[in-house]
Amino acid sequence: MKNSRMILKRIGCYVFAIAFVLAGWHITAVLLKTPALPTPAETIPVFTQYAISMWPDFLISLERVVLALVIAAVLGVPCGLALGRSPRLDALFGPVLYIMYPLPKIVLLPILLVLLGLGGAPKIALIALTIFFQIVVVMRDAAKSLPEQTIESVRSLGGSRWDVWRHVIIPASTPDLFTTLRVSSGIAIAILFFAEAIVGSTGLGHFIMESWSMVNYPRMFAGIIAFALLGVILYAIFDIVERRLTRWKR
Amino acid sequence: MNLSLQHISVCYDNADGTQLEAVRDVSLEVEGGQAVALIGPSGCGKSTLLRIACGLLTPTSGSVRIGGEELAGPRSATALILQDFGLLPWKTVYKNAELGLRIRGVSKDECKKRTMHALSQVGLADMANRYPKELSGGMQQRLALARALALDVDLLLMDEPLSALDALLRESLQETLLKLWHENRHAHVLVTHSIEEAVYLGQRIVVFSPRPASVAAVIDNPHMGEEGFRTSQAYFECCTEVREALNRVVATDARSEASQEGRLA
Repeated sequence: MKNSRMILKRIGCYVFAIAFVLAGWHITAVLLKTPALPTPAETIPVFTQYAISMWPDFLISLERVVLALVIAAVLGVPCGLALGRSPRLDALFGPVLYIMYPLPKIVLLPILLVLLGLGGAPKIALIALTIFFQIVVVMRDAAKSLPEQTIESVRSLGGSRWDVWRHVIIPASTPDLFTTLRVSSGIAIAILFFAEAIVGSTGLGHFIMESWSMVNYPRMFAGIIAFALLGVILYAIFDIVERRLTRWKR
Repeated sequence: MNLSLQHISVCYDNADGTQLEAVRDVSLEVEGGQAVALIGPSGCGKSTLLRIACGLLTPTSGSVRIGGEELAGPRSATALILQDFGLLPWKTVYKNAELGLRIRGVSKDECKKRTMHALSQVGLADMANRYPKELSGGMQQRLALARALALDVDLLLMDEPLSALDALLRESLQETLLKLWHENRHAHVLVTHSIEEAVYLGQRIVVFSPRPASVAAVIDNPHMGEEGFRTSQAYFECCTEVREALNRVVATDARSEASQEGRLA
């Protein structure tokens, strides 16, 4: 009873949010009066019209960004946590991180294209590379700021180093991981668009730029909406998984 | 079980290269089933001693023996309860209580039996599926106790376990500690700032000097644990004795500080 009312309330919030975005879009389109920005009423029928032809590109883009995030997390989480827990490792690699983190990895795209070809691999690598450093930085800080008392209490119970990782370090840093993943998903999609728009003949980024060069603005807008959906889907997935894994936070 | 600290000294290296002496030549014997309270000015190094007795810290010099054997690291029948309880917020009450058993590789059935027994001993059996933050401060402390009790310990070390609680809760938890001590016959060593608590829960009260910690006085409290002890004459007399010992310690400290300042001037 209480549960279903909460679900209704959440759905209501989303309906309001969508209405808010659509209204803003409509007003902007009416004010600008340019063919490059059609109104939502014009675009939505076009979106459904192009949905089927867009579907393969949508799946390709989704696959690329998810794969890249998984690779970044699988490599970045252990690296970051290890750096945060070991002063010796941190002294050695901390400066490397300091130089590499603010470096815009996107400028490495030409190199990746030379190394990995024009397909999906360089795009996945570029996103993974960017997000990897984001995750490492956040996980390092998370591991550093762990409450020492909880570690001490596990050790006083006879816990080994592995027990401390399993019972303290990993669960304590899980919320931080999901915060980064949610923040990173926006960055990941932005890089995906850039990479797909520049090279290759697949993915939503290519679909959008192709429509743009054909001056088919409704088709372009259908692609843009699909891209937005991609972002929302990723964000929602992280949100749901995070809620499941960090029930203790609520 | 017989905890024996012999000539323990601890020095820390400061960041600026100087050394800080935290504990100076402390010897302490705790026999099996005995209740000992450690009291002294704050920051004097009592907590350091507990960590040494637990095996978390190695003293700079001196030896720690339990049951005649040199202590090499945390041992399975010792439990340490910390001031902030050391609970893991991401585990339920049950999972927190069973943590020590799981770490020791106890089988699931045995885990469940002992954990539920320990939880019911502290009155938390029906809270098993809650998370620590849903518990009050007093319940959190009971949970920390249950986690230690589930282990079947013979030595319970407590570092100001009740200092975060209000006065009423403190008294009721002191009763709990006393009851568990009577029931389980473990030895306990309690670090506290409260004279009343030390007298109520210690058969022997060890008074420490300010940093570096050294034993300033040992007061025997033979009537501890008797029925109605809290309102008895013996209790008040013992409190007075501890208070006087503490005053002497603080007074000598003030004098030595004053003489040091005099020398500097």
